[in-house]
Amino acid sequence: MKHYLLSIYQPDEGTPDPESLDKVMSELEALNEEMRAAGAWVFTGGLHAASTATVVLDKRGEVLMTDGPYTEGKEHVGGLWIIKAPDLDAALEWARRAARATTLPIEVRPFHDEPAG
Amino acid sequence: MFREEHGRAVAVLVRRFGDIDVAEEAVQDAFAEAVRRWPSSGLPPSPAGWIITTARNRAIDRLRRDASREDKQAQAALVQAPDEPVEEGPVRDDRLRLIFTCCHPALAVPAQVALTLRLLGGLTTTEIARAFLVPEPTMAQRLVRAKGKIRDAGIPFRVPAEADLPDRLRAVLAVVYLIFNEGYAASSGERLVREDLCAEAIRLGRLLAGLMPDEPEVTGLLALMLLIESRRATRTTPGGELVRLADQDRLLWDRELIDEGQALVRRCLQLDRPGPYQLQAAINAVHSDAPTAAATDWSQVVELYDQLMAVAPSPVVALNRAVALAEVEGPEAGLGLVDGLALDGYHLFHAIRADLLRRLGREAEAADAYEAAIALTENTAERDFLERKRSQLGAA
Repeated sequence: MKHYLLSIYQPDEGTPDPESLDKVMSELEALNEEMRAAGAWVFTGGLHAASTATVVLDKRGEVLMTDGPYTEGKEHVGGLWIIKAPDLDAALEWARRAARATTLPIEVRPFHDEPAG
Repeated sequence: MFREEHGRAVAVLVRRFGDIDVAEEAVQDAFAEAVRRWPSSGLPPSPAGWIITTARNRAIDRLRRDASREDKQAQAALVQAPDEPVEEGPVRDDRLRLIFTCCHPALAVPAQVALTLRLLGGLTTTEIARAFLVPEPTMAQRLVRAKGKIRDAGIPFRVPAEADLPDRLRAVLAVVYLIFNEGYAASSGERLVREDLCAEAIRLGRLLAGLMPDEPEVTGLLALMLLIESRRATRTTPGGELVRLADQDRLLWDRELIDEGQALVRRCLQLDRPGPYQLQAAINAVHSDAPTAAATDWSQVVELYDQLMAVAPSPVVALNRAVALAEVEGPEAGLGLVDGLALDGYHLFHAIRADLLRRLGREAEAADAYEAAIALTENTAERDFLERKRSQLGAA
């Protein structure tokens, strides 16, 4: 089994109307349930807005802090999953489901080494 | 022999060892060994089997060496590789698996094309770079990156499940046809045709048709390529000038390729599951049937384009349909259809408009349209052709 990171890319501006947000949340809940039942689920979480981020950088012992996300842009990671899957095809299938539920782009990245356990 | 056996051997070894680099290197070693040995010792009873067995032994040697240096991946590959004799029988499916891996939609199309030519075609990185007019380091980088992604992201080495097969097969066929087209009408450069790419695409098409005889689109693509290829000798003059279908010397068309292509089209008709490649092949078969351009059954061509528009509508198909319709109902009707198409950036759109305008005697407009077409094409032979056509305006 390989581990994959599924990141949700969310626009910084604008919030969806409550009604469609409710729909997204209930679809995500169902998806998480299905991932758990399939043994694919490892972790999931949603993030506060990118504007709440802080970047820490060590410059020869001196700590530099900047307010806001590291990368510029109009979209940032808004939530993520870590999943277990036998191969990329299986991971992409979960990503497809996640993209449909969130109506947002999902980036799939393989982890370098198998985490313990 | 080399290209045929290269893909076969790489495919078997990738399945056996789960690592493309190991497989490629071992197969290369085996071929090098064959070149050294066979001239003096003579051909072994089964050259293909010999290559696979030798490559397999080389791979195991290399993995043992790496494993003793505590390379975890090599150890894993060795554990995965059972110590059994290599047979040629089940190889069939290995090549099919490898094609689907090379043409996986998680890889960018240029990477799919390069990998397919490298692993199944056995072309060198230099050859692929030259064929696509890309600097060699760029092509090498592209291949390394693609192989790295297959390994690290876990792109499986497997024929897709039934449900995914239509989409995944479409991607494979698109790669093969792209290779053919790049060879047929090189998008830029001096030569109109780069024969080696056409030959390689047809070889891949034959391989696929052999591996998936019940997929009509696979057969359709092979038929399409064969029928287009049959006209290659007449498509340019000895001086490299472009000759249009209507002006080609049909006695010089390759009868053998036409017969093979038309037989495949007939087989498609029997399967009765039409698709875009089969319909394009059928259109080409109509042209191949006509002893002269004037004798072409244009209404059948229009009918086939109607079907093509139904299954795979696109402005380019509509443009080609308009050309056929102009032959049935006259240039006025053709131009009416062409003018409605949003293909302003496509050189053939302007070239076809120019030709229809010329036939209607609207020469000033035709000259402008040729101008637009010339500005948009980078292929020297096509540009020369268009410039000749423009200079002939008003001469008649």
